[in-house]
Amino acid sequence: MITLLKNLLSEMIWLERQRFFLDFTLSSLWRRKGRNLSLLVVYSLVTFLLSSVIFFTHALRKEAVIILKDGPEMIVQRTVGGRHSLIPVSYIEKIKLIRGVSSVNPRLWGYYFHPASRTNYTIMVPENFSQPDDTVETGAGVLRTWGPLTDGKLYIRAHDGEAIVLKPINTMGEGTDLVSSDLILMSETIFRKISGVPAGYATDLSVTIRNQRESATISTKITRDLPDTRPILKEDIIRTYSSLFDWRGGYVIVLLCGTVLAFFIFAWDRATGLSAEEKKEIGILKGIGWDTSDVLMMKFWEGVVISVSAFLLGVITAYIHIYVTSATLFQHALKGWSTLYPNFSLSPAIDPYQLAILFFLTVVPYTLLTIVPTWTVAVSDPDQVMRH
Amino acid sequence: MLLNPAIIALNSGSLLVTAFAFYALYTALRILTHWNIQSGSELQLLLEKKTYLISTVFSYVLGFELFSLVLFIFTAEHMHDLFVGAMCAAGSLNANDYGYVALVVKIITFMICGVWMIVNHTDNQAHDYPLIRPKYKLLILLTVMIALDTILQIKYFMGLRTDVITSCCGIIFSGESQSLTGSAASLPTTATMLVFYAALLLTLRVGFSVVITGRGAALYGLLAGATTIISLAAVISFISVYYYQLPTHHCPFCILQKDYSYIGYPLYLSLLLAGTTGMGTGVVESLKGPKSLAKVIPILRKRFCLISLAGFLIFALIASYPILFTDFVLNS
Repeated sequence: MITLLKNLLSEMIWLERQRFFLDFTLSSLWRRKGRNLSLLVVYSLVTFLLSSVIFFTHALRKEAVIILKDGPEMIVQRTVGGRHSLIPVSYIEKIKLIRGVSSVNPRLWGYYFHPASRTNYTIMVPENFSQPDDTVETGAGVLRTWGPLTDGKLYIRAHDGEAIVLKPINTMGEGTDLVSSDLILMSETIFRKISGVPAGYATDLSVTIRNQRESATISTKITRDLPDTRPILKEDIIRTYSSLFDWRGGYVIVLLCGTVLAFFIFAWDRATGLSAEEKKEIGILKGIGWDTSDVLMMKFWEGVVISVSAFLLGVITAYIHIYVTSATLFQHALKGWSTLYPNFSLSPAIDPYQLAILFFLTVVPYTLLTIVPTWTVAVSDPDQVMRH
Repeated sequence: MLLNPAIIALNSGSLLVTAFAFYALYTALRILTHWNIQSGSELQLLLEKKTYLISTVFSYVLGFELFSLVLFIFTAEHMHDLFVGAMCAAGSLNANDYGYVALVVKIITFMICGVWMIVNHTDNQAHDYPLIRPKYKLLILLTVMIALDTILQIKYFMGLRTDVITSCCGIIFSGESQSLTGSAASLPTTATMLVFYAALLLTLRVGFSVVITGRGAALYGLLAGATTIISLAAVISFISVYYYQLPTHHCPFCILQKDYSYIGYPLYLSLLLAGTTGMGTGVVESLKGPKSLAKVIPILRKRFCLISLAGFLIFALIASYPILFTDFVLNS
């Protein structure tokens, strides 16, 4: 019992000692605020850049996965001469015969180029479109970019040149903006009129499968029975998006390497070239009885204070940049979809994983690089320093 | 090769750490050849100063190794949707031959690094550097392990191809697999449970007697090492199964996921802490030769043993919780 209390007491003394070290370090940092603030600003800026890249690509990747979750397990396209072509609706019956397929639906969708706004819109027939033929439902981006409407109606040029007037009656919510921003939903008759897709044909087929694990086998059977088709699995699309966003994130970080390296050289230089005043301070500390390990401890706390502040500052500003201001700085580089950028705010998705990556990219190299300069200072002899 | 921020972070960090480890090793070799505590020469003074540098480098390396272990598993977990058939870290690590080897080497490197820090701490308690030679000889092994870890990790990431079909954890850790991991999963539950709890109780019993009487520390070191390995087998055999409540699912990685409230992290970290400090207790005991350490060693032995015991207790609590408090019963 007594030994336990003794142990506890020694732990408390240890903690108290660390607290004094931290206290001393903070006041010493504050005494040279100009010098330390500049380091902090550059450090935070580097963290901000890297965090922004990681947060943004991660959020996009997550968004893509969420959107695709509700999609069909498989899409079957027909190819002619290696290019995507219209698929005969009669294929549905053949695919339905394959065991494990629960339903097959034709999908009608395409693009419509509006010359006035010089924008491509996605036109699509939803499964259950209950509105009258001369009306459409639009995504928020459509009405924003279309230009002035005549009597609140959209004038569309069909494939044969005929003008079709459609009344937008419903705007899809902002929440689905990422997918629906450029979307115009319409009835099948109007779609066929605008796009020229003949009756008996569809853009592609969506296939639902009872047991997801059978999807690979089913896709093999489809290519065997219908050799001119190309089945695309949902997991393939998810995998492609995931690796795409991962790759883009990695690529931007490689591009930022120069910046990061410059910062580390700056930090190294800063840690090596101590001012005369700092050297004197360490000399005096050692003169009044500080040990080398005490000076190392003080320098350790100095590194912790600077790194933690810069890390938090960088991460918080990056969070604001990505999730509040929608990544204004580099959305064009990383998003890469059509010219019609939807206005969307990403749902905040930060997990310990991303913070760990950031910590590894910033704090770890900074800490390692400052070891040697710190040690050089810590082992200096007091008389030598004070003599100068 | 995959270019993803985590891979860049892990590889560049590992390369940097390896460079530092080699620099420290170079210094350590100079110390081993020129060390003469009786001498007051300038070289000896410089070498004495350099010991501080090596200690500092390796205390940071220890922290790095722990972080890199966690981030490595995190990354494998995160990448699983890039591989056909992979459902968690188990599948990603199986994507090529280096994944599991890199993981095992990482764990061993961390533990050796921990033991080295304990020896170093012990040495620092005396003023005449009594352990300088064994300490720096151990450093050679540690540096080799760090380099090996870096090579394997880079090989693993370089060899990844996203279209590779890998087995998911249901196959690697199922009873039919012929590998070592598969054998761990097919261990008879009741017998494994008995061995696990017997080993744990024995370790705790010996540990308490080390704390109270100071005897049996070397035995405790051996037991702690063995119990760590048995515990890892137990995680695959039944502890993870109790968390999943699914008799066929033996994956040691899925418990690290959010769905199981990240319970794997405290589970593994407590075990790593217990194993490392436990082996450290045994190592400290074997170093009691030098006179200047006579007073220090009993105190350190007790302290490390207490930390190790606490680690094993936390591990046992987390491992036993679902066995005691859920309706799920696993009969072999």
